Amino acid sequence: MKEAIRLQGVSAGYRRGNPIIHDIDLTVPKNDFLTIIGPNGGGKTTLLKVILGLLTPWEGTITVLGGSPEKNRSAIGYVPQLIPDDSFPITVMDVVLMGRLRNAGLLRRFSLKDRKSAEMNLARLHVGNLAGDDMNSLSGGQKQRVLIARALAGKPQILLLDEPVASVDHDTQKSFFNLLAELNNDMTIVLVTHDVGAVSAHVKTIACINRTLMSHGDTLSSESVAKAYGCPFELISHGGIPHRILGNAKESES
Amino acid sequence: MIDALGYTFMQNAVIVSLLASIACGIIGTLVTVNRMSALAGSIAHASFGGLGLAYLAGFSPLIGATCFAVAGAAGIAVISSGKRARTDTAMAAMWATGMAAGLVFIKLSGTYSADLMSWLFGSLLAVSASDITFAAALDIVILLVITGLYKEFLAVSFDREFSMLQGVPAHFIRGLFLILTALTAVLLMKITGLIMVIAMLSIPAAIAGMFTGSLWKMMVLASILAAVFNLAGLTLAWMLDLPPGAVIILLAAFAYAVSLIIERVKSGAAL
Repeated sequence: MKEAIRLQGVSAGYRRGNPIIHDIDLTVPKNDFLTIIGPNGGGKTTLLKVILGLLTPWEGTITVLGGSPEKNRSAIGYVPQLIPDDSFPITVMDVVLMGRLRNAGLLRRFSLKDRKSAEMNLARLHVGNLAGDDMNSLSGGQKQRVLIARALAGKPQILLLDEPVASVDHDTQKSFFNLLAELNNDMTIVLVTHDVGAVSAHVKTIACINRTLMSHGDTLSSESVAKAYGCPFELISHGGIPHRILGNAKESES
Repeated sequence: MIDALGYTFMQNAVIVSLLASIACGIIGTLVTVNRMSALAGSIAHASFGGLGLAYLAGFSPLIGATCFAVAGAAGIAVISSGKRARTDTAMAAMWATGMAAGLVFIKLSGTYSADLMSWLFGSLLAVSASDITFAAALDIVILLVITGLYKEFLAVSFDREFSMLQGVPAHFIRGLFLILTALTAVLLMKITGLIMVIAMLSIPAAIAGMFTGSLWKMMVLASILAAVFNLAGLTLAWMLDLPPGAVIILLAAFAYAVSLIIERVKSGAAL
């Protein structure tokens, strides 16, 4: 299987001598559904920024689809964290059209094709009827779908999501993960979250990050989770972790 | 008021008020949605240093103010590409340093303080033909830039990181925005004075933001509101023999308070 993302020995941060992420090795194969869990301040967002090419690492190399992150930016769809307090005057359609900026180019208006693509992606996420609405009038779950539609409008091969379920209720989370599973059919998905309870059965692989990457693979040892969180594994195992991982953890416990 | 329009100075005041409203509404909207009204204030005050230097060296105060405002905006653009906390400090330092430099230069130049007062508190009834040219030229530049790069300005204001991922030159757009803000601040100084520029760049846009759901509608409504405040303030000031800049600001502030109440009532919240 070809790889979508590869990080080798990556360290990065905002202030010298204080790396937020340190010596990260990570390979994400194409069509993987990877969830990276870690505590707040553990470097989840920093890791995403490095993959997006928004932050240059101090050490190590990163390739996205075999090229540099900057070069292959158009292949990545990014879904940032929801900003809770937001009074920005913008319609849903305008938000989704942002995903077509690269396609439209500077000094030009969005073409009919750009608008059609935006409409199509809104419809795909079942929020097509909201196109003309004020973004601020939407619920958290609806906003989340609009931001995903925006990311998809650029026709990405990889979808990166930062804390996508932080502000939505349990039922919305469920339908949200079903949606991601559907997208996962033809797309690599990387999701970061601090909420272990949000890890769904659709997730194929799990990694833990807390400055360093604790574990990566389709199993998750209780030890690495405990290290990342400083809490016993039992607390986490009630949160809907995929069966095979739970099974594995039980084996290691026995 | 109608007969007052027979005077050239009154005609000039009306023309500049209307022209400035366009710049004020568009740039004020961008300042407001980017939450940068403190920045506008600090650019306006930094330009006072340029005014002082112009009086001391004997060149046009408008040029002095413009140069300092643009230099200040450029300085903030460079500093603010780094940390947020540093931007805040840089703006505060620039705000006060501009005023201090201006005071020293003006003392050294021996300028009569009435000139100074007109820059601090506005001189709408003393605008010249060159002020009208400046206002018209600035409106044209702003309208061209905003219509040409509207989707980029919208994207950078709403979600800068995402816009960068889409290949938008966010630093360039931001720099352009800061420079246009500086030029607008210099223009508005003629009307309300540099001390009150911050109000004209934030109040009309803030009111417009309560009643509109998209950026361009907010710009249009803010421009209309600014024009209403300017003309109503000018009329009222003429009738009551009060300084126009101050009356304009008081009218705007009153309208803002009323809008806040209307918004609260509409949203069903307790007052």
